[in-house]
Amino acid sequence: MYLGRVVGRVWSTVKDENLRGQRFLIVQPVTPGLESAGRRLICTDSTGAGTGELVYWVRGREASFPFHPAEPPTDTTIVGIVDSVHLGKNLPAGGAS
Amino acid sequence: MLIARVIGELVATEKHPSHEGRKLLLVQPLNLDGSDRGQAVVALDAVDAGVGDKVLLVTEGFSAMTAVGRPQSPIDMAVIGFIDHVDLLPGVS
Repeated sequence: MYLGRVVGRVWSTVKDENLRGQRFLIVQPVTPGLESAGRRLICTDSTGAGTGELVYWVRGREASFPFHPAEPPTDTTIVGIVDSVHLGKNLPAGGAS
Repeated sequence: MLIARVIGELVATEKHPSHEGRKLLLVQPLNLDGSDRGQAVVALDAVDAGVGDKVLLVTEGFSAMTAVGRPQSPIDMAVIGFIDHVDLLPGVS
């Protein structure tokens, strides 16, 4: 799974039948220090997340499992809203041994 | 599978039910020389790993779901073991 922040929403009326009712959120991947990293992407949502919230999402076939038994054609889905991030202190730089 | 270092933990109250009861770890994948390999990721914990531990990370759905015992769940990464040490041929890094 990957850490990110919801920065927007995409609206789509005409879409695959199996995507009916899905919300499409724009997610900015972030580092553990919560700085933007990489390109934004669109995720379906299984948590009720809103704009500005820190979330984590899953990619691949697993992205449709929260909606079981429905099988919406999605490859990225938000599966959790992050309350807080606790980073270890005094770790070697870069996690190197 | 990748070698990785646990660098933090997440707290998430609102999450998929299949993630309940497992630690959410922030994990930094590593190259063999110990340098960072791409961005840190979020993985469920299957072995009670903690911050600072060097671990084995699976990055694919079936193996991750199986490791945490939650089939048909939205889980694509899991920490599945601790690394004691790594042996390499001379000249390989």
